[in-house]
Amino acid sequence: MAERFSGTKDYVAGEDLMMAVNAAIALQRPLLIKGEPGTGKTMLAMEVANALSRPLFQWHIKSTSKAQQGLYEYDAVSRLRDSQLGEESVKDIKNYIMKGPLWESFQSEMPSVVLIDEIDKADIEFPNDLLRELDRMEFFVYETKELVSATHRPLIIITSNNEKDLPDAFLRRCFFHYIQFPNKETMTQIVDVHFPDIKKQLLQQALEVFFELRETPGLKKKPSTSELLDWLKILLAEDISVETLQTSDQRKSIPPLAGALLKNEQDVHLFERLIFLNKRSERS
Amino acid sequence: MVLLDFFYRIRDAGIPVSVKEYLTLIEALQRRVSNENIDNFYYLSRATFVKDEALYDRFDRAFGDYFNGLEALPDDFLKDIPKEWLKKQLELSLSEEEKKDIESLGGWDKLMETFKERLEEQQKRHQGGSKWIGTAGKSPFGAYGYNPEGIRVGQQGSRNRRAVKVWDKREYRDLDDSIELGTRNIKVALKRLRKFAREGAEEELDLDGTIRSTANNAGFLDLKMVPERRNAVKVLLFFDIGGSMDDYVRSCEELFSAARTEFKHLEYFYFHNFIYESVWKDNRRRNNERIPISQILHKYAADYKVIVVGDATMSPYEITYPGGSVEHFNEESGAVWLKRILDVYSKVAWINPTPELRWKYHESISITRELVNDRMFGLTLSGLEKAMKQLAK
Repeated sequence: MAERFSGTKDYVAGEDLMMAVNAAIALQRPLLIKGEPGTGKTMLAMEVANALSRPLFQWHIKSTSKAQQGLYEYDAVSRLRDSQLGEESVKDIKNYIMKGPLWESFQSEMPSVVLIDEIDKADIEFPNDLLRELDRMEFFVYETKELVSATHRPLIIITSNNEKDLPDAFLRRCFFHYIQFPNKETMTQIVDVHFPDIKKQLLQQALEVFFELRETPGLKKKPSTSELLDWLKILLAEDISVETLQTSDQRKSIPPLAGALLKNEQDVHLFERLIFLNKRSERS
Repeated sequence: MVLLDFFYRIRDAGIPVSVKEYLTLIEALQRRVSNENIDNFYYLSRATFVKDEALYDRFDRAFGDYFNGLEALPDDFLKDIPKEWLKKQLELSLSEEEKKDIESLGGWDKLMETFKERLEEQQKRHQGGSKWIGTAGKSPFGAYGYNPEGIRVGQQGSRNRRAVKVWDKREYRDLDDSIELGTRNIKVALKRLRKFAREGAEEELDLDGTIRSTANNAGFLDLKMVPERRNAVKVLLFFDIGGSMDDYVRSCEELFSAARTEFKHLEYFYFHNFIYESVWKDNRRRNNERIPISQILHKYAADYKVIVVGDATMSPYEITYPGGSVEHFNEESGAVWLKRILDVYSKVAWINPTPELRWKYHESISITRELVNDRMFGLTLSGLEKAMKQLAK
């Protein structure tokens, strides 16, 4: 049995996530990860690379990204300029070929991890253009007429925010995992990993406030794990006591430093309005 | 071959698995990615077969069905449940008042029949748990909400070591795209709308591409065009407000107000029950500031797409007869006005928040459907998707 991933000391992975990662490692197929923003999709690739001590190559996708850029780019503009300046380097086309993250990972001396982040940001054809490269782990450089093939097949982790549907042919080649929003137990574990010194009571109180806040109907952006961690960091830095959190019953007042949790003006307004209504109904 | 049966069961459940994925699963098993533990097998087969979290719930059910089936449960298990037993279960959870309500609905026997039918339907078709739980206790089936689960739990407790299995928890129920929109789904629905908004964009000059290909061309100018990034879709939105729509207004409004920024032009209008000669933009001043439909037809060009959101649930007279409106005297019938709109705008979709199963019971819905040429879609994710596809055609 080859390498296995079983979470790291900084990353709490569920059993189902571990299984998906291990299947992808064993069968050398890409792993597609979806989930609510802030549930640690991008972190996963870093942690897997860490745990397996493999180098990590990151490729962050933008709406203008082309599949080709992951392989290599031919910088024709510099070459044109250099040719007009009469530079020596112009004669060798290799000087103008810039390697992309996939090429780098194919050439890596040890097995590596490649992160293709937010693949759904790109054009709809983008995943299709990568099918062969991900399948065979090789590609052809037309400019230099050379075939680049992977010495070690890298583990490819792809994240998606579900903004576009991905083509079937692409999906068929991947393992898939949807990271669910963690429940209270898992959340406690996650926080333990990040803030080992946090007082139990404070954590419990904070989690309660947090999950109750998530339940608020109609929020545009529910606070997620990463926001919770930020919030706890500030709570600790400001030395907020358990009592302050306790007295801040959600129905009557805004929890301290709520700005770390609610990042949308409308959400803050909505929340304030709810509190106002609650207060009024209590009085009457 | 057990695995092959399982594969076909998953396919039958409507999950698009291909041979490739089946082979992948076998390969993974051969390499011992998962040990013999059934939980691990569940995780592994899910990661291999299911590529969309909306299908997780369907997979969970198929998986549960199949593997519980292996433990020698008769298929017609539910048919064999003695009536008395069901009744007892129900009575436990009912108050005196509710029991009286039930009597008034045709008595126990009839209800038991329906209940069993529904139970079976839920076993097979599973429209999502929320459907079976009525609102505020008004629905006769509201009280039974917990029961379908209850029976299943009882069935399993005796046979298995653990009370509830991972796939029986059905954590992904909310993600199934055939249930009506809830707050969680609204986000995903928005993305579908956004996708629609981005399509059909015009071309503009691609400066980078032009420079690059000109350079490739050794300095000869080579123009490149790319699709415009801005979205070019223009939409007229007609929104049924008040009356029977009250239940749905919130979810609809949320959806479309959030979608506003995505379109180049989005004009919205309100109407009550059906579109007659005028509509309004501000609900508080609906009586003073009315906008005649004829003005809209002239002002907005034919390339606007029309989306009507309404439950189309009313008396048929309100559509087909002059003077049928409940609010005022309309000289021409609603059908005539709708037809005028359809004549100008070829891209029309009517989105109906009423659950699709109930459409056939309302004559007014059938009439409206006919009027819009069957372009009526449910307010579900898949309904929205179909609507957007139809509009983008």
